[in-house]
Amino acid sequence: MSKRLFVKGNEAAAMGAVAAGCRYYFGYPITPQSDIPEYLSRELPKLNGEFIQAESEIGAINMLLGASATGVRAMTSSSSPGISLKQEGISYMAGAELPGVIINISRSGPGLGGIDASQSDYFQAVKGGGHGGYHIPVLAPNSVQEMYDLTLHAFDLADLYRTPVMLLGDSVVGQMKEALVPNPRPVRELPEKEWAVRGKGSAEQRVVKSLFLGDGELEAHNWRLHAKYQVMKEKECISEEFETADAKLIVTGFGSVSRIAQTAVAMAREEGLKVGLFRPVTLFPFPEKALAEAAGRAGRVLVIELNTGQMVEDVRLSVGAAAKVSFYGRPPGAGSLPSPEELLDVIRKNYDQAPQ
Amino acid sequence: MQQVFKRPQSLKDVQTHFCPGCHHGTIHRLVADAMDLHGVQERTIGVASVGCSVFLYGYFDIDVVEAPHGRAPAVATGVKRAKPDNFVFTYQGDGDLAAIGTAEIIHAANRGEDITVIFVNNTTYGMTGGQMAPTTLVGQKTSTSPYGRDKSKDGSPIRMAELMAQLGGVAYSARVAVDSPKHVLEAKKVIREAFGYQVQGRGFSFVEVLSACPTNWGMNPLKANARVGEEMIPYFQLGVFKKEEA
Ligand SMILES: Cc1ncc(C[n+]2csc(CCOP(=O)(O)OP(=O)(O)O)c2C)c(N)n1
Ligand code: SF4
Repeated sequence: MSKRLFVKGNEAAAMGAVAAGCRYYFGYPITPQSDIPEYLSRELPKLNGEFIQAESEIGAINMLLGASATGVRAMTSSSSPGISLKQEGISYMAGAELPGVIINISRSGPGLGGIDASQSDYFQAVKGGGHGGYHIPVLAPNSVQEMYDLTLHAFDLADLYRTPVMLLGDSVVGQMKEALVPNPRPVRELPEKEWAVRGKGSAEQRVVKSLFLGDGELEAHNWRLHAKYQVMKEKECISEEFETADAKLIVTGFGSVSRIAQTAVAMAREEGLKVGLFRPVTLFPFPEKALAEAAGRAGRVLVIELNTGQMVEDVRLSVGAAAKVSFYGRPPGAGSLPSPEELLDVIRKNYDQAPQ
Repeated sequence: MQQVFKRPQSLKDVQTHFCPGCHHGTIHRLVADAMDLHGVQERTIGVASVGCSVFLYGYFDIDVVEAPHGRAPAVATGVKRAKPDNFVFTYQGDGDLAAIGTAEIIHAANRGEDITVIFVNNTTYGMTGGQMAPTTLVGQKTSTSPYGRDKSKDGSPIRMAELMAQLGGVAYSARVAVDSPKHVLEAKKVIREAFGYQVQGRGFSFVEVLSACPTNWGMNPLKANARVGEEMIPYFQLGVFKKEEA
């Protein structure tokens, strides 16, 4: 049995990457994620791996592109402004169907913004932040344990679907310390990387590219990518529910805010309010069906985010007319996260309006 | 009859899409020749850039990764670090390498990545229709410098081979041209030598090749070829600027 460790979320993600067999890391410093490159700059050389501090986030994502094209497991990490710079490379990787893991310990924006916890990169992460109309799987951990577990999962998804995968955390999950049991799960059955460049020898030439100029080639490519996203929607949704079975109000939120919301939901239960929590773990694919079911039973959904309203759009699309949706946002700037008491208050107000 | 001249093995037997009189085709040949000489074709991974050369996988019989505009040196860094036993080269135009990709080329060179960079300088952005490049000569008219490049406004043409030679990680840096048989033979020697540096694991090697773009210069192939010698070489001097001894 693995021993329990007491580590930061960022370290847990870096440990998860190493456990997943990632030996190549390319990055550029930015708060609040620099523990990741710091950890990997110490550990990867001991494992015959490579750590490169790139000249920029653009350099880093393209080094990841190059390494991934050879079939190895590789990773980069950054935070919001750096992720903006990586979007060009992410679009190219999505276009060329290259795996790779990108950790975004997001901070507040727009622009230079601040380094406090924020969820204002939801749109950028799940709607395809770069050009060309694509999606990448986005995973939203809410604990140190999940920083580890979901990083492992991210590498599997990347190889399985030949796609970049983003782990979307924020400074709360990145910087907090709690118990971690670093137990690498068995990996999923993964296909051979028959597309990876290797030096052709006497075999067929392999080309990794996103340029498709032949008649109908690009359209076919885009339909194929689209089909892949549909398979992900069928097979790869992850969500977590807490006391939703008899709930008359479903509270939902992702990542760090879901932890506070869960405490508030537990407090509401003690007051006798039938409230439940639904937490999407995958933000793309969004767990539409599971949410629609829980919301349909309750009739009312309260979305809580550390922004002015982004995931709430996907919630509305998922539940349609089956439930009434309201929103409570706390974008950064006030200097604090919402307290459980603050959220309990919001829950009480929304509960009173809930259809009885 | 003895055969004295043939297509390099690393080059596919296909027609190119390059315009008549374009030097990209000649340069492709020389690169393929160097691959053959060093026997690296089967372990080569080429990195294609954005520009008229993007289709190089259609001509070279090797594995290829395509890079975003300007990022080929970073992509090549990832490839080479993951697969140090492979031979890795990039092939980039002047818009690609000396404008949008300046950070990537300088830092890959400075880290001393064990890769080879073939830099094709035709003083213009070819593929997008002949706009001003960082290498456009002062006074040269292009579609975005219709009054001629103005030094006081647009700066001076960048001399990349000399710039590269200043960087600690660079083992080899040279400039050649392919406008005459004599220059082609010199270029052949230099590209072979640059490839040799990587084959021996001696660090970053860089070859700038002066090249004609008849289409965007608005010249016929012969005039364009002559311009390389008359206007480009006086400013972009040929030679080996750095050659680290073993
Ligand atoms: C980010 C980005 N900006 C601009 C372009 C458009 N573009 C395509 S090729 C090219 C110029 C290439 O010029 P050069 O590198 O000199 O190569 P040449 O075509 O002359 O061989 C540009 C600007 C692009 N593809 N990507
Ligand atoms: S546009 Fe210029 S660089 Fe491009 S193929 Fe034609 S001549 Fe060559």
